[in-house]
Amino acid sequence: MISLSEYLVVGALLFVISVAGVFINRKNLLILLMCIELMLLAVNINFVAFSHFLGDVTGQVFVFFVLTVAAAEAAIGLAILIVLFRSRRSIDVDELNSLKG
Amino acid sequence: MSFEHFLFYFFAFIAVAAALMVVTRRNPVHSALFLVVVFFNVAGLWMLAEAEFLAIALVLVYVGAVMVLFLFVIMMLDVDLAALRAGFMKHLPVGILVAALMLVEMVVVLGPRHFGLQKYMAPDHAPAEYNNTAALGLSLFTEHLYALEIAAVILLVAMVAAMVLTLRKRADTKRQVVSQQHQVKKRDRLRIVKMAAEEK
Repeated sequence: MISLSEYLVVGALLFVISVAGVFINRKNLLILLMCIELMLLAVNINFVAFSHFLGDVTGQVFVFFVLTVAAAEAAIGLAILIVLFRSRRSIDVDELNSLKG
Repeated sequence: MSFEHFLFYFFAFIAVAAALMVVTRRNPVHSALFLVVVFFNVAGLWMLAEAEFLAIALVLVYVGAVMVLFLFVIMMLDVDLAALRAGFMKHLPVGILVAALMLVEMVVVLGPRHFGLQKYMAPDHAPAEYNNTAALGLSLFTEHLYALEIAAVILLVAMVAAMVLTLRKRADTKRQVVSQQHQVKKRDRLRIVKMAAEEK
C-alpha cells in the first residue's frame, strides 16, 4: 500500500525543486511565475494526501480554493508581465528598480 | 510491489524529473511544456489518492487554461533569452544548497517514522457507489458556501483586473464621439454664400 509519507515526500521534492528554480532563474519573470505554480501544486499534493488518509473531504475543498486563487494569480501575473514588457521591452527582474530609493 | 505502488512511483518519478526540466531549460516554451507534464502526472497521483474530481479539474483548468495562457504570453513576448540566462551558473550553487537543506529537513519530518503506514493506516478503497464529485459538491455547497462565493468574486476580480491592466488606448487611433456628432447643428457645417449671378 502507498503510505502517507510517500505522498508527502513527493510534495516536498516538487516544492524544493521549485524553490531552487526561483533561485537559479532569478532574471526570467516567466519562469518565476511557473515556479510559483509548481509550489502551489506541491502544497496541493499534501492536502489531497491528508484528505485521503484522514477520510475527510475538506482537504479536497481546500485544494479547490487553492486552484481558484492560483488561476487568478496566474492571470493577473501574466497581465502585469505584459504591461511590464510593453513599457520596458524586457522581463528582466533586475531592471525593475525604478522604485529603489 | 503492488501494481498501485508501481503506478505511484511511475507518476512520481516522471513528475519530479519534469519539474527538474522546468527549472533548468533555457527556452521558456520548453519549461511550460514540461510543466504540463508535471500537471498530468500529479493528476495521476491524485487519481491514486481517490481525488478523482480534482485530478480532472487539474487537467482541465491547468493544462487546458493556465498553461495555454502561459504559452500564449511566451509566444507573444519577444524575449531576449540569452540575457535572461546570465546569472544561471552564478546562482546555481545557492539554489542547490537551499533546496538540499529544505529537502533534508522535510524528509526528516515527513519520513516513514512519523507518517509511515504504522502511524497512518492506508484507508480502505472507497466502495463502487461512492461518488467523489458528489461528496465534494455536498461539502462545497453546504459547509463552505461562503468561501465558494468569495472564490467566485476573486475570479471575477481577476478577470476584470487582467482586462483593465492590458487594455491600452493608442494615441494615434481615430475614433468617433457619438454625442458630439448628434449635437452638430446645421450652421456648424453649412455656409450659405450670397453672390451675384454670373454672366455667361
